[in-house]
Amino acid sequence: MPERTHPFLILQSIGKTFASGVTALDRVNLTVNDGDFMSLLGPSGCGKSTALRIIAGLSSPTSGVVDWRGPPLQQNDIGFVFQEPTLLPWASVYDNVWLPLRLRGVSRKEAGPQIAEVLERVHLTGFENAVPRELSGGMKMRVSIARGLVTRPRILLMDEPFAALDEITRFKLNNDLLDLWTERGFTVIFVTHSVFESVFLSNRITVMAARPGRVFDEVTVDVPYPRNQSFRTSPEYAALCRKTSDVLVGAINATAQDLEAATYGDH
Amino acid sequence: MATIDQPGRAAPPVVMDAEEARRERARKMERTGRWLLPLVIMAAAIYSWDRICVWNEIPQYILPRPGVVLNTLIEDAGLLFSSLLVTLRITVLSLALAVFGGVGLAVLFTQSRWIEMSLFPFAIVLQVTPIVAIFPLINIYVDDQTTKLLLCAWIVAFFPILSNTTLGLNSVDRNLIDYFRLNGATRWQTLWHLRLPAAMPYFLGGLKIAGGLALIGAVVAEFVAGTAGQSSGLASRIIEAGYRLNAPRLFAALILISLTGIVIFLTLSWISHLVLHRWHESALKQEQ
Repeated sequence: MPERTHPFLILQSIGKTFASGVTALDRVNLTVNDGDFMSLLGPSGCGKSTALRIIAGLSSPTSGVVDWRGPPLQQNDIGFVFQEPTLLPWASVYDNVWLPLRLRGVSRKEAGPQIAEVLERVHLTGFENAVPRELSGGMKMRVSIARGLVTRPRILLMDEPFAALDEITRFKLNNDLLDLWTERGFTVIFVTHSVFESVFLSNRITVMAARPGRVFDEVTVDVPYPRNQSFRTSPEYAALCRKTSDVLVGAINATAQDLEAATYGDH
Repeated sequence: MATIDQPGRAAPPVVMDAEEARRERARKMERTGRWLLPLVIMAAAIYSWDRICVWNEIPQYILPRPGVVLNTLIEDAGLLFSSLLVTLRITVLSLALAVFGGVGLAVLFTQSRWIEMSLFPFAIVLQVTPIVAIFPLINIYVDDQTTKLLLCAWIVAFFPILSNTTLGLNSVDRNLIDYFRLNGATRWQTLWHLRLPAAMPYFLGGLKIAGGLALIGAVVAEFVAGTAGQSSGLASRIIEAGYRLNAPRLFAALILISLTGIVIFLTLSWISHLVLHRWHESALKQEQ
């Protein structure tokens, strides 16, 4: 397990204004440490997804710097999981997981052991030949996670991946994701609008406020891993959820002036 | 985990309540009715056609009895089928060219919006101008008979393929395009692994329309060319039979053209089903 003290990614005063004039992000500062499970929590319209897209390099910031620390970032180093499973509907589970490797020139056969391993980790062994239509929502999401992890990325960016799933499936996937994360030790940035999910999963929660999107506060979840079902029902979990909820309510009610003062002092 | 179909395993007998049994009966009746009803109606129609001819003593050169048409179809088989072959050749060739032209142009369009903006209006002009009106021009500029007919059928058939494939290539999930970008996919990789497969259902839909249109285009072209006595396809047989008041042969040729159209449609539907049945909504089993 990494110590989670070395900065891995630093966002310095990131701003994003769209051509329509809407400011999605305003001076966002964020430090993600190596091995962190960091949740970005906030109401809709607070720019969580925009921030994630900027980190992924899918969108460029209007101002500010995305500063990656440590060894130079390779293309393999970023895994991305979308809100929808976003699979190729005509391709089998195997071929869907093969896709990122295929785009890097790895043959179907060469990729075999890697694909088998990652499918086993997400409990999809035996479903290699199924096409997405034949799978349940949770299983599709597992394929999507397997595809995100098959290149062994150093950071996994997840954009509300479980938002569309029922609660039971979501709990299972939360547990499995934590297992994978503790085992492999990658860094996660997890966008969510669920307080409960963010507390259960992360060691740090960054709460964002909307219009314009910016960082409001951070909650540290100082509970050791592995976390399991007993953590979900513990008073500690309830207390942390209440605390995070209060911060979130603060973020929702905060006016722009409050934010200015809270984030930057009175200058 | 039970969402996977297991067609190999026989289902255990189900105990049904009255409502389910009724529903099951209705389903079975519908399944039989689907092919039985059209057959019955068709037989009835042919029978009344025959009766009308007999009761009204309609002469053969106005409306031949179905039996006579069938006889002609058998007696003139050599002549009619060699003509059918000529028409079929033009149809298939023009459809193949329409696929190449339509898909090629559609791919070009998606590679550059500028090309699409510049060329699409021309494709529309070509589509909306009636082919019969264009044909005299083609007749002047093109000497070779086959090329003439091909060009004509191609102009009619290629538009649905072009417009459908263009739509398909552009209807790719934005997130998947982002995903490909994230993985450093080249333009070619995105086209080959993402856009072309995603466009497949749209392309096949266009192909089904184009198949029928290619036949119509070939027949219409033969009609116009046939008046000059240069063609040997089915359409020219129809014109010829019309001049000679040979109604039985006219009907036989007509039936042959209809059957050809049906066969083309069924073949293309079958291809479409083969390609899509595993993943696309349009090809899902109906009872689900």
